[in-house]
Amino acid sequence: MRAFDYAAPSSVDEALRLTKPGSAFLAGGTTLVDLMKLDVLTPDHVIDVNRLPLNGIRLSDGHLRIGALERMSAVAAHPTVMVHFPVISRALLLSASGQLRNMASIGGNLLQRTRCDYFRDVTAPCNKRQPGSGCPAQTGVNRTHAILGSSSSCAATHASDVAVAFVALEAMVVVRGRGGDRIVPLEDFYLLPGNTPQVENQLGPDELIVEVRVPVSPLARQSTYLKIRDRQSYEFALTSVAVALSLRRGVVLDARIAAGGVGTKPWRLRAVEDALKGNPAMEKTFSDAAESAVDGARPLAQNAFKVTLLKRTIVRALIDVAGVR
Amino acid sequence: MASNEPGVSGGGSVDGHLSRRGFFGQAAAVSAGVALVPPAAAVAAAQPVEAAANAGLVDVAFKVNGEPKKLSIDPRVTLLDALRERLGLTGTKKGCDRGQCGACTVHVENRRVLPCLTLAVSLQDKAVTTIEGIADGETLHPVQQAFIDHDGFQCGFCTSGQIMSAVAVVREGAARTDDQIREAMSGNLCRCGAYPNILDAIKQVQAGDR
Ligand SMILES: Cc1cc2nc3c(=O)[nH]c(=O)nc-3n(C[C@H](O)[C@H](O)[C@H](O)COP(=O)(O)OP(=O)(O)OC[C@H]3O[C@@H](n4cnc5c(N)ncnc54)[C@H](O)[C@@H]3O)c2cc1C
Ligand code: SF4
Ligand code: FES
Ligand code: FES
Repeated sequence: MRAFDYAAPSSVDEALRLTKPGSAFLAGGTTLVDLMKLDVLTPDHVIDVNRLPLNGIRLSDGHLRIGALERMSAVAAHPTVMVHFPVISRALLLSASGQLRNMASIGGNLLQRTRCDYFRDVTAPCNKRQPGSGCPAQTGVNRTHAILGSSSSCAATHASDVAVAFVALEAMVVVRGRGGDRIVPLEDFYLLPGNTPQVENQLGPDELIVEVRVPVSPLARQSTYLKIRDRQSYEFALTSVAVALSLRRGVVLDARIAAGGVGTKPWRLRAVEDALKGNPAMEKTFSDAAESAVDGARPLAQNAFKVTLLKRTIVRALIDVAGVR
Repeated sequence: MASNEPGVSGGGSVDGHLSRRGFFGQAAAVSAGVALVPPAAAVAAAQPVEAAANAGLVDVAFKVNGEPKKLSIDPRVTLLDALRERLGLTGTKKGCDRGQCGACTVHVENRRVLPCLTLAVSLQDKAVTTIEGIADGETLHPVQQAFIDHDGFQCGFCTSGQIMSAVAVVREGAARTDDQIREAMSGNLCRCGAYPNILDAIKQVQAGDR
């Protein structure tokens, strides 16, 4: 690990004032410390944000508001989240391990870095880590990589589970800089790699995520998260799906669907949602609708299985949440 | 400066001599080049050097198994290395050092966490519990006893992490069925495959709990 200096401010203003080139915020550290040990991240200044008053999980003004420093375990177990937003609770409980969920914050989770092995290995080229050095994943080991949103510069997935649930529910992040707050839909907060995979989101180096806001909706109450992986627990997704449905007399009134493990960012599936609306909630409807999930997919040599797996994951998640066969 | 505190001298030297473990501890904790001196001197000597190198030692005070500890440490030192190399608490094991195996599991503020991904400087005023701190004098913690009763280990390398995790799982109380217990314990890997016996051990403790 490279040397750095350490500060632990107790106010958001002070934390923002301490930012400078080469600084990094420390929340749970489960991404930052890991990548600092690997020399993938080499901040000169670490600003510990754990004393900032960015806590709280509450309903207000038609939104669930989650402070950026709330831990994954606390959000997953919160009664309001469990009842009104089961998809969020479930996505969190299927993430990482009990120990990691006690450490990791919601803000840090949204900003976690890809698990692409080339990115994590400083002896390998990688456009995301070292712009312009190339992307060995295009022709190398790419079984876990993205089939949607990728470019010839980068095909790394965004590995967060709960971000998929948030994108399905049209959540927003509240970002605070020296000039005040911005509210950004999470789906737009994340950027496609294009030719600049090193730029992953809209957050400036001198900005903090302070809160996540999720609109309350009848849809969110009937929602779930399905995660398919190489082992049953403590593993990242090969494919995952967050679904929220509203049904009346067996007909789909409205739907929200997003996928994980397949995109360079959490992937909202609007075409699938549209194909469901107005149709009877049954397996045939679901499998027909799922076809459009993979429009424009760009599979690589080892991950073409995700095209079929994603469609099946969508169908199974819809069957689960609709309670039909 | 906290150089006369047990926390600083305790891990590095044995009766004033530098142990092998203490030597590597100092080498890891302090920058290279000032490692071959006893801990207190190392801390003093390191101060100006480190300040010039833009990474001074930071004082941190926290409790470990109920005892107050004070350390002056390089901010790079993880809680895992601080426990093992500075405080001599080697019951906590280093498996992957990457947050992937659970061997290092300890409790901070009564919650199970991974000290290999925790910077020790971030623990100001916190309470840490390690495997050394859960028995009641000579009486083993019920989870320790249950691991013995059910042969919950073979080589034992993962065991202190398994036990610390299991203590928390029992206390959290959310996992009741076999599958729920397995899921709750999935952050603790065992290369020897002692999983079925670990499950039985946890169930024994839960049965006693009810
Ligand atoms: C073994 C392992 C398995 C895992 N499995 C999963 C999984 O299955 N699913 C999943 O979703 N995740 C998984 N993770 C990832 C884990 O969830 C993230 O590492 C964690 O959520 C990051 O949160 P943190 O608080 O620890 O962030 P940190 O490591 O503290 O920070 C991460 C990044 O965000 C920045 N940051 C943190 N908070 C803020 C803020 N409020 N404002 C601005 N910047 C901020 C930091 O500067 C840093 O760049 C796994 C991690 C490990 C190590
Ligand atoms: S896929 Fe992205 S992160 Fe992986 S090697 Fe290519 S550029 Fe780097
Ligand atoms: S040593 Fe900490 S998780 Fe493996
Ligand atoms: S007992 Fe050997 S690793 Fe678990």
